[in-house]
Amino acid sequence: MAGGGDELKLLGMWASPFVLRARLALSFKGLSYEYVEEEIFGNKSELLLKSNPVHKKVPVLIHNGKPVCESRIIVEYIDEVFGATGPSLLPADPYDRAVARFWAAYIDDKLFSSFMMIIMGKTDEEKAQGTKGLFAAAETLEAALEECSKGRPFFGGDSVGYLDIALGGFAAWVRTRDVIAGLKHFDPKKTPLLAAWLERFCALHAAKAVMPDVEKLVELSKMREAQQAAAAAAAQTN
Amino acid sequence: MAQPQEVKLISAFGSPFGHRAEVALKLKGVPYELILEDLENKSELVFTHNPVHNMVPILLHGNQAVCESLVIVEYIDEAFDGPPLLPVDPYDRAMARFWAHFMEHRWLKPFWLSLWTNDEVQKGFIEETKENLALLEARLNGNRFFGGETIGYLDIVACMLAHWYDVLEEVTGVSLVSDNDYPALRRWAREYTSNEVVKQCLPDRDLLVAFFTKRKEKYIMFANALLSQ
Repeated sequence: MAGGGDELKLLGMWASPFVLRARLALSFKGLSYEYVEEEIFGNKSELLLKSNPVHKKVPVLIHNGKPVCESRIIVEYIDEVFGATGPSLLPADPYDRAVARFWAAYIDDKLFSSFMMIIMGKTDEEKAQGTKGLFAAAETLEAALEECSKGRPFFGGDSVGYLDIALGGFAAWVRTRDVIAGLKHFDPKKTPLLAAWLERFCALHAAKAVMPDVEKLVELSKMREAQQAAAAAAAQTN
Repeated sequence: MAQPQEVKLISAFGSPFGHRAEVALKLKGVPYELILEDLENKSELVFTHNPVHNMVPILLHGNQAVCESLVIVEYIDEAFDGPPLLPVDPYDRAMARFWAHFMEHRWLKPFWLSLWTNDEVQKGFIEETKENLALLEARLNGNRFFGGETIGYLDIVACMLAHWYDVLEEVTGVSLVSDNDYPALRRWAREYTSNEVVKQCLPDRDLLVAFFTKRKEKYIMFANALLSQ
C-alpha cells in the first residue's frame, strides 16, 4: 500500500543514530515524509510526548496519525507496510532475517554502549574503555559482515538491507570519533571488510541525502566535552 | 517437499527466556528435542552455537543456530506453519514488538534489582517496577491476553510476569504488589499459566523455588556488583 493517501511524519533529532536509521529506511525506500526536528537540549514537543508517552524519545514515525516507536521497529514497519515501494529491506528467508535481527540487537547493545562510554565517560580511563569496546565490536561485526554478505557489497547482499541500515545509523558517529581521535575505528587493517563497507555505504546517494554533517557532530561533541569539564570543575570548587 | 529438519532447543532449567522459545515451538506444533544446560558448567554446544554471547536459549534448526529469545520466537513464527504468534496487521505487529522491547529493556532490570537489593536503592527499583506494571496493566486493556482472545507473541514474551513473578516474591519476601493491585495482570497470569500448552513448558514450581533459593546469595552479590559499576 504505497503512495497517495499515506501521511508520514518523522519526529527526530539531527545527531541521533536511531533517528538516522529511520531516515535511511525512508530514503532507501524512496518515501516522502514530513520531518520534525525536536530540540536537542530543549523542551520536548507536545506531539512527541503524546506519540511516545512511555519513553518520550525520538525517533517516532507517525503514519496516518498512528505512532510507531523504536528505530528497529520503525524500519521493519516501513518494510512491511511499503512492501511494494522500493527495495525490500528485510531478507526473504526466515533464517537470514533471524541473523539480521540478531546482529541489529548486538549493535544496539555493544556498539551503542561503547559509544556511550566514550561520550559520557567521566575519566580518560572510562573513555579508553569505550574505545576498546568499539574496536572489539568492530571485529565482531567484521565476521558478521563476512557471514551475511557472502562476498557481496552489503550485509543485505547486492543492495542495502535492514542490517546495513541498523549499522548505517551509526556511520556518522564512527566518522566523528575518527576525526576527534585522529584514527579509524573501522580500521582497514584490522577490519578491512567493515572499513570498505563504511566508505561504500556513505557514498550511496540515498545515504548522503540524510547523513548528518560530521563537522557539526564534531562541534557538538566538543561543546559537550566542554560542558562536562565545566561541570567537573564546578563540582571540585563547591 | 523436503525432509523436515531436526529441531533442538538448548535451554536451562528455570529460564524464562528458554520458556519463550519452548512455548512458541509447542504452539506451532513443532516437534523438538530439549537439551538442558547447567549454566554454571556450560557444554561445548553453547560455545559453538552462540559464540557471541555464550548464552541460552539457542534454537538449532538443522545445522542453523538462532540465538536471543525474541529473535528465536519471531523465527519460529516465520519458519514454521501453524497459527501466527505475531499479529497479522503491520501496525499491531509494531505494537507487539514495542511492548516486547519494553519488557526486555525497561521492565527487566529494575524488576530483577528490586528483588536483590535493599534500603533506598531497592525502594527506587520497586517504584520503577510498579510504574512499569501500571503500563502493562493498561496495555492489557481488559483483554484476556495481550494477544486478544488467544495467546500470542507478547504473552509469551511477558511470561516472567506470570509463574516466575510469584516464585521470586516467595523466595525473596519482596512484595511488589498487594492483593488488589493490577487485577488485569493477575487474571492474565492465571490464564497464561493454566493454558494447556504453556503448562507443559513451565518449570515445576517447588523446584523453581529451590533453584532461586539456592542462588540467592549469588544474585545479591551480582546485583550489588552491577550497581557499583
